[in-house]
Amino acid sequence: MAIGKSVKRIDAVAKVTGRARYTDDFFMPGILLAKYLRSTIAHGRVTKIDTRRAQRLPGVERVFTYKDIPQNKFATAGHPYSLEPEHKDVEDRLLLTRHVRYWGDEIAVVVAENNIVLQEALQLIDVSYEEYEPLVTPEASLTEGAREIHAGSNNIIGESQYAVGENIEKALASADVVLEGRYRTQMCQHCHIENHIAYAYMDDLEHIVVVSSTQIPHIARRIIGEALGLPWGRIRVIKPYIGGGFGAKQDVILEPMVAFLTLKLGGRPVKMDLSREECMIGTRVRHPFDVKMRTGVNKDGTLVALDIDALSNTGAYASHGHSVAGAAGAKSRALYPRAAIKYHARTVYTNIPAAGAMRAYGAPQIMYAVDCIIEEAAQRIGMDPVEFRLKNVARLGDFDPLTGKRFESCGLIECLQRGKALIGWDEKRAARPKKQTGPVRRGLGVACFSYASGTYPVCMEISGARIILNQDGSIHVQVGATEIGQGLDTIVAQMAAETLGVPFDRVHVVSTQDTDVAPFDTGAYASRQAYVASNAVFRAARELKAKILEHAGRVTGILGGELDISNGNIVHGNNPANNVVSLREVALDAYYDKDRGGQLTAEISYKTRTNAPTFGCTFVDLEVDVPLCKVNIKEIFNIHDSGVILHPVMAKGQVHGGVAMGIAAGLYEEMLIDTQTGYIYNNNFLDYKIPTTVDVPDIGCEFVETFEPTSGYGNKALGEPPIVSPPPAIRNAIWDATGVQINELPMTPHTLYKHFKKAGLL
Amino acid sequence: MNRTIRCTVNGKKKELSVDIRQSLLEVLREELGLISVKQGCAAGECGACTVLIDNVPIDACLYLAVWADGRSIRTVEGESKNDKLSRVQQAFVDEGAVQCGICTPGFVMAATAFVEKHQGQKVTRNEIRRGLAGNLCRCTGYDTIITAVKKSLDEDFFCYDENSGGRRFRPA
Ligand code: FES
Ligand code: FES
Repeated sequence: MAIGKSVKRIDAVAKVTGRARYTDDFFMPGILLAKYLRSTIAHGRVTKIDTRRAQRLPGVERVFTYKDIPQNKFATAGHPYSLEPEHKDVEDRLLLTRHVRYWGDEIAVVVAENNIVLQEALQLIDVSYEEYEPLVTPEASLTEGAREIHAGSNNIIGESQYAVGENIEKALASADVVLEGRYRTQMCQHCHIENHIAYAYMDDLEHIVVVSSTQIPHIARRIIGEALGLPWGRIRVIKPYIGGGFGAKQDVILEPMVAFLTLKLGGRPVKMDLSREECMIGTRVRHPFDVKMRTGVNKDGTLVALDIDALSNTGAYASHGHSVAGAAGAKSRALYPRAAIKYHARTVYTNIPAAGAMRAYGAPQIMYAVDCIIEEAAQRIGMDPVEFRLKNVARLGDFDPLTGKRFESCGLIECLQRGKALIGWDEKRAARPKKQTGPVRRGLGVACFSYASGTYPVCMEISGARIILNQDGSIHVQVGATEIGQGLDTIVAQMAAETLGVPFDRVHVVSTQDTDVAPFDTGAYASRQAYVASNAVFRAARELKAKILEHAGRVTGILGGELDISNGNIVHGNNPANNVVSLREVALDAYYDKDRGGQLTAEISYKTRTNAPTFGCTFVDLEVDVPLCKVNIKEIFNIHDSGVILHPVMAKGQVHGGVAMGIAAGLYEEMLIDTQTGYIYNNNFLDYKIPTTVDVPDIGCEFVETFEPTSGYGNKALGEPPIVSPPPAIRNAIWDATGVQINELPMTPHTLYKHFKKAGLL
Repeated sequence: MNRTIRCTVNGKKKELSVDIRQSLLEVLREELGLISVKQGCAAGECGACTVLIDNVPIDACLYLAVWADGRSIRTVEGESKNDKLSRVQQAFVDEGAVQCGICTPGFVMAATAFVEKHQGQKVTRNEIRRGLAGNLCRCTGYDTIITAVKKSLDEDFFCYDENSGGRRFRPA
């Protein structure tokens, strides 16, 4: 039995010894390096570009500009191909652009022997621009007569809405109390420690091999084909170990370019390795949201209505575009399924870095707004905020009001009760004075969320697994799902071991995905993989087990389904202690007997057509130093219902990492933009602060285990959700401590100063 | 321009001809194949390239290779002996301190220097935090890394949390 145990993570030793190879760790003699020439304006058009001096520099191989590239517009978002035209991603990119849309846009690319020549060559390219006014905010880009960032778009990339329950206006009118609020979230960056990197080469006249730090090798293959106008089968994408992604690598960024370069340079290997500074502005960021809310509540604590109106800023290019705002609204529906909800969202283009997928895909933005107004509603009717949530959140037996699907598992009530006890909610509130006055004040906060376990039914959900019995009786597993640090390989091994009945350490999972050989899966995003891969791995393991037992029957002469596999041996089903024959003997016979058997394998490609909601909450106890405008977290707990916890240590690791990111997003992370020019001030780790060891408090984490019947092993999503509820919980605790509502993120000392001053605290 | 340097790398004497413009990170990776030395920023911000130079943790991306002349360098490749992990490496594995792993070699080296310096001393979690503040990890939230470092110190070492009044809660 391997599920639920904290078995040794299978790639941990490779990683602590430095033997795990990432994209930059494969050396090819003579590999060429390439770098973009990036625009030094945020909005405009190149009127002249002269590359002759760069081209003449010794060591420069070639310079390409926007004049030299294929004219196939392509979409970069890491979504499955969609058969429905209305769900197609927006195709608004070329490999290089003449029309500059953000500060750092890619207008040319230099290929050279080494980095020193490359840097020098970039400086020798002369560019003249016709400059337009940078449209940095949604207000600017939506102004009447504003210049279109993409022709024909009106600067709006998408708009959608849904409504469930009673008509929203009627519901609001019927409520005892109606509240309104407006909440803003900031532009953040993923800051995976391994920057974007990819290289490509050709090993014949037709096929292009791309090695990349990507979350989505199979999707990357298709998009490279689309961008270059080549049949997809001519592209092979290999994903080795990757140093973090968090959504920024659920986008196709360097892959089409390196493929193009090797194609143009006779198949020679070409690598692009972004600097940290480029990675921060030239890949993807989190969409800033501006959310207007209305809510109606009754005095008895019933949440009657939620009216959510979101404006999402996608920046210069579509990337995931409006999907983020769409998904954000859909994923929050499960939280308050008995209220009337109207959700409307619009996504606009502006001249800032392109926003894409980032951990929890819009949910942190929407949940922040929802949790802020929920808190205000509870306070207004004088109800304890935890009680108010307990009364209104999803329970077992509820169903998604839009799809009509019943929640098969739901432990949110228990999560809230557990968190309340852990933090000592009632005791602490009873013990402290009604109104705090001193410079340092204490506050308690709570927030909760719902999320999903994939993208169905908006996208199809497919996962593939191939399991092989090796000649010596050991097991190899190949999946199309990708390990990106979250521990996928380890849990796949656990799943296979569990169902096959073999010890965990006899199972090897092939970590590298190579689209030429790996089963098809769309990759790491939407916290989908453990959920959807479980359905494929379970079925493949079950099928292989049946084949093994069938062959074991032939070997032993014991037929009629009496055999089973236990601890890696073939046993009598009714007497597992009695080894009949070893797996090795069965394997040797299957492979090498002259008359019977063959290679015993099973391969399943499975489409999951369910999507289990997953839940959780944050409780925080903090101190606000009012004169210093500084927040000090004393205790923080995240409690999750993610179904069955497959590997407790790795599950906690996801929670710790997500909560740390959430605290940082709540308190300080933000990309700072010059509103006049569109220039990003803090495109590096010195100025854009991600948490260091001293910035993260001890994080308490617990799980309320439920069983989700729609997944192979009872598990639900966990990767992204931990980031969602810390910021609103912190905001609610700051309000509790100081009486000041901060309705914008991040809540830096700067922001707090502004609000404390306004409230007369300073 | 190239210059010849002599140094010790993971216990072995090396004589290397290096471009005077090259960083130690480039030379360790490209000349010696020590791929554990990762680059996250090339500017001394992230610590992914941490190696020990005469047992002091240094960002190899900021350190010119020529400066290594006459010095002794340790990278993670030299930490496990005869396929046995070092105490720090083992603790990282056992405590679940490894996720994507890109920060891990640098963290293991910074932690190794910290553990060697504080062996047998009473160290708090916050002191460990301060000792490792030069290394960034985006995946783990550091909790398990700090616990791994704690575990690598002496068994009877005393650990409490300053923030929560002496109470330790729930290390993974
Ligand atoms: S690569 Fe050296 S500190 Fe980041
Ligand atoms: S484990 Fe990924 S950055 Fe530390």
